[in-house]
Amino acid sequence: MAPILQLEHITKVFPGVVANDDIGLTLQEGEILALLGENGAGKSTLMNILYGLYAPTHGRILIRGQEVNITSPRDAIARGIGMVHQHFMLAPVLTVTENVMLGDEPIRQGLFLDRRRAAERVREISDAYGLAVDPDAEVRTLSVGAQQRVEIIKMLYRSADVLILDEPTAVLTPREVEDLFKIIRNLVASGKSIIFITHKLKEVTALADRIMVLRRGRVVGETTPSTATEGDLAAMMVGREVSLTVNKTPARPERTVLAVDDLRVLDDRHSLAVDGVSLQVRSGEIVGVAGVQGNGQTELVEALMGLRQAVSGRVEIDGVDMTGAAPRTVIEQGVAHVPEDRQEDGLVLEFTVADNLILNTYYQPPYAKGIGLQRQTIDASAERLVRAFDVRTPGIGVAVANLSGGNQQKVIVAREFNRPIKLLIASQPTRGLDVGSIEYIHARIVEKRDNGAGVLLVSSELEEVMELADRILVMFKGAIMADLPADGATRERVGLLMAGVREAPPSERDKEVSG
Amino acid sequence: MKRSTRARRAHAQTILLPLLAIVTALILGGILIIVSDLQVIAAFTRIPRQVARPFTDPATQVSLEEALWRHPNEVIVGDAVDVGNRSLRVVEEVTDDRNQISLEEARKLYPELGPGVTIHYNFFQKPGVGLRAAWRSVSVAYSALFEGSIGNPGRMVRAVADWFRGDPSGLSAAFYPLSESLVTSTPYILTGLAVALGFRAGLFNIGAEGQYFVGGLASVFVGYSLKGLPIYVHLPLALLAGMVGGGLWGAIPGLLKAKTGAHEVINTIMMNYIAFALSDWLLNGPMMRPGGYRPISPEIEASARLPRFFGGDIRFHAGFFVALAMAALVYWLLFKTTIGFELRTVGANPHAARYAGMSLTKNIVLAMFLSGGLAGMSGANDITGLIYYMPNAFSAGYGFDSIALALLGRSHPVGVVLAALLFGTLRAGATRMQSVAQIPIDIISILQAMIIIFIAAPEIIRALYRLKRPRVQEPMPESDGDLAEGAPA
Repeated sequence: MAPILQLEHITKVFPGVVANDDIGLTLQEGEILALLGENGAGKSTLMNILYGLYAPTHGRILIRGQEVNITSPRDAIARGIGMVHQHFMLAPVLTVTENVMLGDEPIRQGLFLDRRRAAERVREISDAYGLAVDPDAEVRTLSVGAQQRVEIIKMLYRSADVLILDEPTAVLTPREVEDLFKIIRNLVASGKSIIFITHKLKEVTALADRIMVLRRGRVVGETTPSTATEGDLAAMMVGREVSLTVNKTPARPERTVLAVDDLRVLDDRHSLAVDGVSLQVRSGEIVGVAGVQGNGQTELVEALMGLRQAVSGRVEIDGVDMTGAAPRTVIEQGVAHVPEDRQEDGLVLEFTVADNLILNTYYQPPYAKGIGLQRQTIDASAERLVRAFDVRTPGIGVAVANLSGGNQQKVIVAREFNRPIKLLIASQPTRGLDVGSIEYIHARIVEKRDNGAGVLLVSSELEEVMELADRILVMFKGAIMADLPADGATRERVGLLMAGVREAPPSERDKEVSG
Repeated sequence: MKRSTRARRAHAQTILLPLLAIVTALILGGILIIVSDLQVIAAFTRIPRQVARPFTDPATQVSLEEALWRHPNEVIVGDAVDVGNRSLRVVEEVTDDRNQISLEEARKLYPELGPGVTIHYNFFQKPGVGLRAAWRSVSVAYSALFEGSIGNPGRMVRAVADWFRGDPSGLSAAFYPLSESLVTSTPYILTGLAVALGFRAGLFNIGAEGQYFVGGLASVFVGYSLKGLPIYVHLPLALLAGMVGGGLWGAIPGLLKAKTGAHEVINTIMMNYIAFALSDWLLNGPMMRPGGYRPISPEIEASARLPRFFGGDIRFHAGFFVALAMAALVYWLLFKTTIGFELRTVGANPHAARYAGMSLTKNIVLAMFLSGGLAGMSGANDITGLIYYMPNAFSAGYGFDSIALALLGRSHPVGVVLAALLFGTLRAGATRMQSVAQIPIDIISILQAMIIIFIAAPEIIRALYRLKRPRVQEPMPESDGDLAEGAPA
């Protein structure tokens, strides 16, 4: 029998860039194929071609042995290909059923929407694959994981046989990831075929039947989880040996550089996002804040940086009261900040690399004399930093918008690490970065710690916190659930705490004891 | 290597695109002139016309001069020639007297072409006539525009030559158009800079018109109320008053935006109306010229006037240099100082600016003050350099054209100066174009509008001239805009 999906010699050329270079891909019915690759390797381009969003420059697509011409997502859906995007395409104020039927509404008596029939189908699908979604719930009331399941239902409702999942785990808690994997296995068991796009090695080995690795638009390897180790896969992705673990010596904490006492902060909707947080960071240690995104980490960091007013509580940085201080005062006190959203908050994309490197020191000597900018000093310093921090850029006069995500982050790191700092606050410092850049930035953070800075690392990547931190705080619904030494924390324990469960269930506890 | 060529191409396009936009607008404007010219329409339609003198109705008549130009002695076989009431076909050998005429006869007839003879306009028999008419229509219009804005080159050369021979009498008339263009450009430069500076700081200052008014009021008040000061004190004071007046007028919506989040577009528009009403009240009340009954202010003292360099009709004054100096100052401030760095950062990404410790409030108010100050300076410049008093209808819409100028100049001081010179030149030449070529002055507004459309939508120009989009400025189509590193060289 012909494979359900075949891509042959797919090449996509954007002006000046070959995004896909002669890619061949075969998907058998009932198979989970993992598409692994760094950002910019061409995974998304390939899937967008399959989904009809881009036209390939060369190559052809075959479904069950028949050559097809897919020119729009509508075409793709009609041929049984469904895609769940990384960013959900849902209308928050509509119900699950309404979202699902949008664009394909069943009609009653030629005029009226047949909500009931749609809701029944949604319930059937939900029950059949164990998706556990209430058809009448409003989408905005659902958790991120449930919203993702609505997206999956949307595709199944349209009778998709091939499901493309684009980085589906990026927004999920570890628990939700496990649930998603269960659902994917259910789908496959009932004959659906899955293409799973990711750059996370653990997920690939846990789930996939077959793995295809892309690098720079080419297929660089095809393997199965049983024959390849994570190290092999990482090396394939990056093109060289990568160290997956962070090398660091035990921490030697000294004086307290950050002391937060009973801090309460409101979010943009005026509800309490940080609810009585107290914590300390000492110089020479990395304190990791684990937690699913949206549990108050953003507001906590903003309050520490003076970007958000606290309702009550006290923030002390290196012994000086900084509660309610202006951002510049906090920065001048010796705090470096790697913001969560680097493109929005950390960089001015249309500015050059050199200008971004002085974004918070431009007014100080030697970069300025009076009100005059010292262009030569600025450029010389930029050249030095670009070399020292290995920023891959055609030049310091290039707009940072043209740099890759990893290199943009290196610009921020170079800027923040270049001044004498006592405290580093790093929010999601490696989100969306490739393995090579992650390795580099982790090493730099550890180096800062060893040079005597206190580090507050906020990350929703459990792996990252476990690898880097000397001490782990778990944040849930605005409060600190636990304060654990890194060597006393297990994945399972932290994962449960992230979901708000204080005590491990007996089975888990047994595992912990036996392990 | 590859990337730097691309960067250069992107850079080249920032200059090329506006130029092509202007050229395209001129071409389309020319087509508009052609199709609205009755003479041209006539040349393309087959309607019999009577040669008439005097010639009054272009739809049914044609002037003798025009007829001779159109029908010189080149009647050819196949032409239709009307003599009296009869229409005769020109043939080699006459076989039918009633409907035909020999070539010789016809050629003899035409030198006598005079009132009463009817001629045919027929494009397909003599396409050259129609095309020539079209060309003549455009060239007359555009050369009138050129002569009205720059001057007649021949005349200018002759005037300069005479001047060297000791006769300066022709100079003033020959250079009058150029002077007028520069005078018209001056307020455009200053208000354009005002809006451009706002753009750079991420603010949409639509209130340049009101700030221009308030600047004018402040300046005229200082100009007539202070007496007995030397020029080097009084004149700078009058200009400064205009700047501060406009600046404060701009700072109000700035403060409202920074403190309450009220959008500056709404508030600057509202401030315009307040400025117009304020000016109306002042000119009818406290600032009304004593002994008069018209709503105009007293004249300013001679010591508050910007010097003019040439006598007679030439109105060119030092204000032009003031405007150029302000452009240089704005350039320095924006790109060479920490103040400009902050303004540009706040404009490009207010979030990043806040994270970097910059104060949004301070920068928004400052940007609006500086922007308003430049517009106010423009008002002061016109008072002290041109009119010497404050009339009721003070502005010719500079405040609104300035938005287009800032767009056209890409919010860069040099670009704004060039754009202002272009607009000033077009405006100044329009009058002559209307009187010489009977082209309505509104065609200039249409030209300006087309230039702006093409600047605002560069894709149109790229499509027309098959230009490649410079890839450097666009994010990559990959999920995270991350292809740059992965791009195979």
